[in-house]
Amino acid sequence: MKTIKVSVVTPDGPVYESDVEMVSTRGKGGELGILPGHIPLVAPLEITSVRLKKNGKTDEVIAVSGGFLEVRPDKVTVLAQAAERASDIDVERAQRAKERAEQRLNQQHQEHIDFKRAEIALKRAMNRITIAEGKF
Amino acid sequence: MASLRDIKTRINSTKKTSQITKAMEMTSAAKWNRAVVNAKSFVPYMEKIQEVTASIAAATKGSSHPMLKARPVKKTGYIVITSDRGLAGAYNSNVIRRVQQEIKKRHQSNDEFAIIAIGRVARDFFAKRGYNVALEYVGVNDQPSFADIKNMASSTVGMFSDGTFDEIYIYYSHYISAISQAVTEKKLLPLSEIATTSKLTSYEFEPSAEEILEVLLPQYAESLIYGALLDSKASEHAARMTAMRNATDNAKELIRNYTLMYNRARQAAITQEITEIVGGAAALE
Repeated sequence: MKTIKVSVVTPDGPVYESDVEMVSTRGKGGELGILPGHIPLVAPLEITSVRLKKNGKTDEVIAVSGGFLEVRPDKVTVLAQAAERASDIDVERAQRAKERAEQRLNQQHQEHIDFKRAEIALKRAMNRITIAEGKF
Repeated sequence: MASLRDIKTRINSTKKTSQITKAMEMTSAAKWNRAVVNAKSFVPYMEKIQEVTASIAAATKGSSHPMLKARPVKKTGYIVITSDRGLAGAYNSNVIRRVQQEIKKRHQSNDEFAIIAIGRVARDFFAKRGYNVALEYVGVNDQPSFADIKNMASSTVGMFSDGTFDEIYIYYSHYISAISQAVTEKKLLPLSEIATTSKLTSYEFEPSAEEILEVLLPQYAESLIYGALLDSKASEHAARMTAMRNATDNAKELIRNYTLMYNRARQAAITQEITEIVGGAAALE
């Protein structure tokens, strides 16, 4: 089967690099599935998972905290400010972050910016936890 | 001439100093290696984001995104990256001197600009001289991760978006090699000149180019700040390593001179003693 090169890069270095059959993820505009030979495309991503399919089954799931997807016919690049493979996620830390964010959300409804930030932090923590537990 | 004991003390204390500088040189060398690796692993991300940003910016020529457009400058922000600690030769003073020169050239009053200080040395210097320090970030890790700098970078970019600053410059020490670093000035925002080195690809945009710029440009600006920080960290450790090596060499030279002096003094003392004994014996005859 035809494959396409995928690399996930963050400011702290590359996280994943391999050839896969299909990349699926969720962009701001909806679900995206990329197969080899896709036209050049750029799309911003949600705080979500990037699923990589190899040999007919899901090979790897990567948690991304926003960022971008850049597609060329022969290569897909995910540019995220933070990304981890499912196996590298620190679940305890995510759990703590989740609790912290929830506390903050319960406390203050006035401070607009803090509210928004806590919401994003909560989203990120939930994303990591669900991916680490294999429920995506 | 100093007494024998004085010279001995001086040799000992210089030896101790050289042991310390030697140890500092070695720790800096280790940190420098890691810093260079960090800076290298950032390169693929930076190149890619630059390429994509350039392609999109070119494709949406005439886009009215505020980050791409120069506006009348009422207030300028200067990001200055230094280290937290000294003992790095001219590393910090070079950056600070350059910033001060530029400010003197461009501005008449202190209200026209503000400093965003990364590193204790820059913060202390500018705060002490009564400049406006809008934002400070001290206690930077030796191996900073993007998460460490994220908040600081996004508030800096936010200050441009909300109109606090109309342009932002960044000053840091660019790493060239272990023995050479150069102070660099970069215009961070507005992003008027995005280097377009490689061929541009024409992309489809999902959902729209404008919406992508909305997310991409802040991310790009933040990564420029992070890149500058990594670059200057590599410079810092290299500069400290060189400074400490020089200090160790100087200490060795001093010890050599003192030892020579010590031996001369010792010989002189012996000669004098012999002369005295011979003189005494001659007087008895």
